[in-house]
Amino acid sequence: MEKQTGTWAVKAGHAQMLKGGVIMDVTNAEQAKIAEEAGACAVMALERVPADIRRDGGVARMSDPTKIVEIMQAVSIPVMAKARIGHFVEAQVLEALGVDYIDESEVLTPADEAHHIDKHQFRVPFVCGCRNLGEALRRIGEGAAMMRTKGEAGTGDVVEAVRHARAVLGEIRRLQNLREDELYTVAKELQAPLALVQEVAATGKLPVVNFAAGGIATPADAALMMQLGVDGVFVGSGIFKSGDPAKRAKAIVMATTHYNDPKIIAEVSRGLGEAMVGISARDLPAEQQLAVRGW
Amino acid sequence: MKIGVLALQGAFREHIEMLRGLGVETVEVRLPEQLRDLDGLIIPGGESTTIGKVATQYNLIEPLREFVAQGKPVWGTCAGMIVLAKEVGMAGHAVMRQPLVGVMDVRVKRNAFGRQVDSFETDLDIPEIQNGDKTPFHAIFIRAPLFETVNANVRALAKLDDGTIVAARENNLLATSFHPELTHDPRFHQYFLNMVRAARGTA
Repeated sequence: MEKQTGTWAVKAGHAQMLKGGVIMDVTNAEQAKIAEEAGACAVMALERVPADIRRDGGVARMSDPTKIVEIMQAVSIPVMAKARIGHFVEAQVLEALGVDYIDESEVLTPADEAHHIDKHQFRVPFVCGCRNLGEALRRIGEGAAMMRTKGEAGTGDVVEAVRHARAVLGEIRRLQNLREDELYTVAKELQAPLALVQEVAATGKLPVVNFAAGGIATPADAALMMQLGVDGVFVGSGIFKSGDPAKRAKAIVMATTHYNDPKIIAEVSRGLGEAMVGISARDLPAEQQLAVRGW
Repeated sequence: MKIGVLALQGAFREHIEMLRGLGVETVEVRLPEQLRDLDGLIIPGGESTTIGKVATQYNLIEPLREFVAQGKPVWGTCAGMIVLAKEVGMAGHAVMRQPLVGVMDVRVKRNAFGRQVDSFETDLDIPEIQNGDKTPFHAIFIRAPLFETVNANVRALAKLDDGTIVAARENNLLATSFHPELTHDPRFHQYFLNMVRAARGTA
């Protein structure tokens, strides 16, 4: 019987398979293998981790395809890669390379300050960042098959990740208590498609999987995000900017599975060496905040 | 009847919701002691390397083998099917070095259809679960594995048009390349529950 590829079910379904897992930023084949060995459920192939993008400044773009292919060949787990917001040709290139997921990411310098990529036009699924429910539903309306709360990438400070996860999940809880005739105004206020607002109010959850990202640096950070109610975590600079990446990566994986078991979190948190140094997100000047990118 | 769902990583909640919809008591399994008193177990879709490594870290592999040896039914979907297989390969790798429960007499090929852009959905005729019903089973394949070789004691339950085996059973073991838990069709879960009832009856 007929096979259909690139459907919503296989795009959103792939994210279902990542749940309860840790997606790690890696910049070469060696790091990708360390991540796989530690139990990562996917890797994000990058030229530079967010902490270095932040340090270097300038324009951050899609990675060199050579780099991405090298990482794809090194591991059996899914490989994601980042395109700039609105840069649909970078997305076409990543699809042609065969990456498993595209992150339309605020960590790179936006290519369009009004429009995001029309993600329905692609066979490859997309993950996008959000700070609140309205932003999440706008991205899902454009075809994102997975969300991640943005946090503040490259800081090692979990405070923004917590803020954004609480915002999204809290707004969902609020919607569940509203009358149906109030959802029209909510959709207007959230600047989100009405049908998606109605769906969230009825089901009490986003229509797609939702991970946390941006500032997770320790096993306890990962478990905190899981207990707040996200489906899994992205760890960017937190692993390969730390003293013992292999050990920390494994510890974060174990804490993500056993997020409700403080004894296990305590055990895996021991002797991990130096965490990434980090920057307090509160001290970042406005022009250095990545989370505000996206519309 | 109590069914466990291995909850280390992946789409375990979808299996639990499906089972609850069928009125079955369920348990999330993360540690060996949680296997006690279970009548059957589902190993869900997810990443097989992650599931294998977390299972190894918390000493679940041997207890899972014992669970199977006791004759209790175990069903693996996608990554779960990989974890059950005795041997796993992948394009460019004759044998994958990854932790496996390794109890089903099959060789499984990982990512057998290609990368995510090649993931697909299709209808399958599966006589054994359809019970004469004409409605095919809608199957969702995501970076799916397939059975490369199955030994004589393993029975194919479903095939693609080209003859590729995508669901199989060996005594108390059931494995599917695809994801019945992502559909609203409970027939595969009902089939597994019948396996569990039969095993309880003979125990």
